[in-house]
Amino acid sequence: MSAVIENHHDDHHHGPDKGLMRWVLTTNHKDIGTLYLWFSFAMFLVGGCMALVIRAELFQPGLQLVVPEFFNQMTTMHGLIMVFGAVMPAFVGLANWLVPMMIGAPDMALPRMNNYSFWILPFAFGMLLSTLFMEGGAPNFGWTFYAPLSTEYAPPSVTFFIFAVHLMGISSIMGSINVVVTILNLRAPGMRLMDMPLFVWTWLITAYLLIAVMPVLAGVVTMMLMDIHFGTAFFNAGGGGDPVLFQHVFWFFGHPEVYIMILPAFGVVSAIIPTFARKKLFGYDSMVYATASIAFLSFIVWAHHMFTVGMPIAGELYFMYATMLIAVPTGVKVFNWVATMWQGSMTFETPMLFAIAFVILFTIGGLSGLMLAIVPADFQYHDTYFVVAHFHYVLVPGSIFSIMAAAYYWLPKWTGNMYDETLGKTHFWLSFVGVNVTFFPQHFIGLAGMPRRYPDYALQFADWNMVSSMGAFLFGFSQLLFLFIVIKCIRGGKQATDEVWDGAEGLEWTVASPAPYHTFSTPPALPERSMA
Amino acid sequence: MTDQSAQNKTTLKLISVVFGMFVFGFALVPLYDIYCQVTGANGKTGGAYVASETLEIDEDRLVTVQFLANNNANMPWEFRPSVRTLKVVPGKIYDTTFYASNIARATMTAQAIPSVAPFHAAEYFHKTECFCFEKQQLAAGEQIDMPLRFIIDPHLPATVQTLTLSYTLFDVTELAASGAAE
Amino acid sequence: MTEKQSKLGANGQIRRIMRWLIAATALASSIQAFADWSALNMTKGVTEISRQVYDLHMLIFTICVVIGVVVFGIMIWSMLVHRKSLGAEPASFSHSTKLEYAWTIIPIFILVGMAVPATSTLRDMYDASGADMDIEVRGYQWKWQYTYLSDDPAQEVKFMSSLLTPADEYYNRTPKREHYLADVDNPLVIPINKRVRFLITSNDVIHSWWVPDFAVKKDAIPGFVHESWAVVEEPGIYRGKCTELCGKDHGFMPIVVKAVEQDEYDAWLAMKQQEALEVYETVGKTWTMAELMETGEQVYAQHCQTCHQANGEGIPPAFPSLVGQGLAIGPMDAHVDIVVNGKAGSAMQAFAAQLNPAEIAAVVTYERNAWGNDVGDMVQPRDVNALITGEE
Repeated sequence: MSAVIENHHDDHHHGPDKGLMRWVLTTNHKDIGTLYLWFSFAMFLVGGCMALVIRAELFQPGLQLVVPEFFNQMTTMHGLIMVFGAVMPAFVGLANWLVPMMIGAPDMALPRMNNYSFWILPFAFGMLLSTLFMEGGAPNFGWTFYAPLSTEYAPPSVTFFIFAVHLMGISSIMGSINVVVTILNLRAPGMRLMDMPLFVWTWLITAYLLIAVMPVLAGVVTMMLMDIHFGTAFFNAGGGGDPVLFQHVFWFFGHPEVYIMILPAFGVVSAIIPTFARKKLFGYDSMVYATASIAFLSFIVWAHHMFTVGMPIAGELYFMYATMLIAVPTGVKVFNWVATMWQGSMTFETPMLFAIAFVILFTIGGLSGLMLAIVPADFQYHDTYFVVAHFHYVLVPGSIFSIMAAAYYWLPKWTGNMYDETLGKTHFWLSFVGVNVTFFPQHFIGLAGMPRRYPDYALQFADWNMVSSMGAFLFGFSQLLFLFIVIKCIRGGKQATDEVWDGAEGLEWTVASPAPYHTFSTPPALPERSMA
Repeated sequence: MTDQSAQNKTTLKLISVVFGMFVFGFALVPLYDIYCQVTGANGKTGGAYVASETLEIDEDRLVTVQFLANNNANMPWEFRPSVRTLKVVPGKIYDTTFYASNIARATMTAQAIPSVAPFHAAEYFHKTECFCFEKQQLAAGEQIDMPLRFIIDPHLPATVQTLTLSYTLFDVTELAASGAAE
Repeated sequence: MTEKQSKLGANGQIRRIMRWLIAATALASSIQAFADWSALNMTKGVTEISRQVYDLHMLIFTICVVIGVVVFGIMIWSMLVHRKSLGAEPASFSHSTKLEYAWTIIPIFILVGMAVPATSTLRDMYDASGADMDIEVRGYQWKWQYTYLSDDPAQEVKFMSSLLTPADEYYNRTPKREHYLADVDNPLVIPINKRVRFLITSNDVIHSWWVPDFAVKKDAIPGFVHESWAVVEEPGIYRGKCTELCGKDHGFMPIVVKAVEQDEYDAWLAMKQQEALEVYETVGKTWTMAELMETGEQVYAQHCQTCHQANGEGIPPAFPSLVGQGLAIGPMDAHVDIVVNGKAGSAMQAFAAQLNPAEIAAVVTYERNAWGNDVGDMVQPRDVNALITGEE
């Protein structure tokens, strides 16, 4: 307990205010982290319901529940909400809670901006969701919103969609600036960059990625807005533009975005596996370098999302080779995790189960990603369910499992209570089975030739679609159990110790459980090179 | 406080990166045009050709040039090439025409967008005169034979025996009107 | 806990895992029985390229499976053996430069091994030269248009190909038949063993033309033309789909390609060309005034002369004169209209059913320019056709 000698600042309170205004006005990184996490969970459920509408419609051939127009709105909104509403805010929430505690800082560097960056989100998503009730319906052009379907042929709600994306972008940018400034300026004295926990490292790199690409997203939606309302022709061939340009600019943002959703997950897993293997993380330095190289490569591989768009062959070859290269640093990470487990002394509490499932299932997603990089084969995979299976393997048992692992891992620190281990394991196994039953058959459906974003399909795809839908409902409803576990843990349970896990290392475990409202108001003295 | 000023400095730097990247997003537009020019992506051809060297006429070689003419959505004009194919000798100048007739009941403005397949042939297709260089305005019922004068560069790779030139006619009546209003 | 005990424990664990593996294998084989192989894997297809792609796919897939088995094998082994409950003590190593170099460098070699065949296949796919025939493929919301490019515009075969499955089937009002959502009214017909070049473009939004059996998937982009090609080796019916989200009926614009022997193709093409020629003759081509007048005179003699007389002056009041008065020198639209639709309550009948658009256009033009009528205008058959069919 190096904890908590409170410093008296004029603008700081000793404890939280009471009531609703506490949450509206808070500048406390823990409060804001909590807000982000709850918001993200709410969006996860909303986006999940949309996924279930999709899977229910696809349970059998034929149009049973929804019409194709609405189906397209569901796939679009599901994608947007999960990417921008569930996964990204969850990681920002984790960063808010953990980064200051891990580097021994009293709070985020820019607390007021922190408050703004969260409170923009409910408005952004309120606006996005309101489009569902507008004339012409919600955006129906896919979360990748390719022009001209999203410009000349879009429903009128596209303007609201554009503003919502702008707001999300501003929120993310402010959040990332905060993270970078905090990490670069507020580390405990003596903590070098290469002493930082990997979660902090991965978030630092992620934040840079966000700062670099969110403005490009803002740019591309601004171009759309101008095409739709101000008579420009960025993406209209008739006016001298080019719809393919849209895809290039979008994926210049979009590919780093994919890594934005996975790099913090690497950080989480790199924290959890050593704890439960009771062994230091293998190859810390190479983990950092691998993360940095993945981030760098993410800027130069974007067009592998558009091999079928008819690029010149030199372009196709370049993007194929560059994409394949990503397998190298990603492989290094996986091997490092396995080597961390090797000859450890493992126990398998819920966070560890999620982390191990992450390593295995993310690797499956990575391997199918490697297959997708091979251009001639990609011509057969592209825009089929094989792609859907691939990116859901990376995002659901990848990003989302890591978020759940993080939640279980740090919940005792946040709430001061242990979660219910039996229920946690039940939740894990239900999710694990659900995810695989949902997404593994989608590899088959895709290879057999079913394109994505189809509201209805030919009869030969019926069996596996039915299996996939059943898995989806299992996975979806299992998450209610997660909600129950978290609420139960907040309301009580076995008192957590300060260290919580016997193999855990890091400054966050040196403060009391639950973590006091203000931590590290005076910088902690670092244990001798404990982090290296 | 020195801490505070260091923080402000980092923040300002990052904010300038944000603005820089926003501008970069727009800079991708001209960069993409350069990329298309260099690689011939989407079969885009350049503007009016000005000979920078005298092109040698390669009498022994015949290249088939194939003309496609299409309307984009909601474009009612009749639009077709006067001939579907021409056998041409690289280096020589050829003329052909495309027929257009506005069968709508109102004056309309159209823009023809060229595209060459295969892409790597695009840079060897030189137009010295083309109706696609400017917008075409036709009154209701008006007909026109629109000229195209071109040279196939003798440097065209030997693997290309057939070169397809496609024109797609876009209705730009509204764009042209808003442009004129400005 | 002694070492022996932990070993025994590990062995017990391994036996348990073996039992699971056997169960999993049994499950896998029952899965195979449940769905045939074609519902699980990529098609081999019917072109040289598609087979290359399939082989490439299987090669990378195998490599990935091997990597997976090795990595997960080590991991699972570690999870079984290196557990606290078995008394495992944590080792203290946290890096190994040799190992880290090894697993950075070895994957690079594996990747090169994949990239080499991929590059050569891609080069083949991109070389669309030397085609025997060219077909323009044009995406529409939500159907495909195929044009068999020909030097003679009169013989150009061009048609729309759209979904055949009736709405009753996808709204579950009638049972779904074979080829549900995979059948079209007019399939694309191509000869086997010919190099067919597809020029792919779009009319509105981006579509993507995919026939898995040819390993051809190319985006159709409005304003731009992309090429692809296939040499189909076996006759058969090959089904494909649109693979780029293009709006409401994205899932309802299938592709069907019928590959047939050359002579069957020739017969089919000749039939289509004949149809095309007929259409062209009647509405397709642009007629000159002289052609219209010549045909018009014949049509007039055959169909109109009995009433309106050879000199056009008719037998008033029952059959009005066409000379210098009335619709014959009035607005063109009304003139065409009365010939097409007749006049209710009079002897003037509707000729749309008896005369084709060219004949109507000719006779109307004739009436406006004969017997001293010199309106001087003419009407083209396609405009008459537009009036009849109500299309612009």
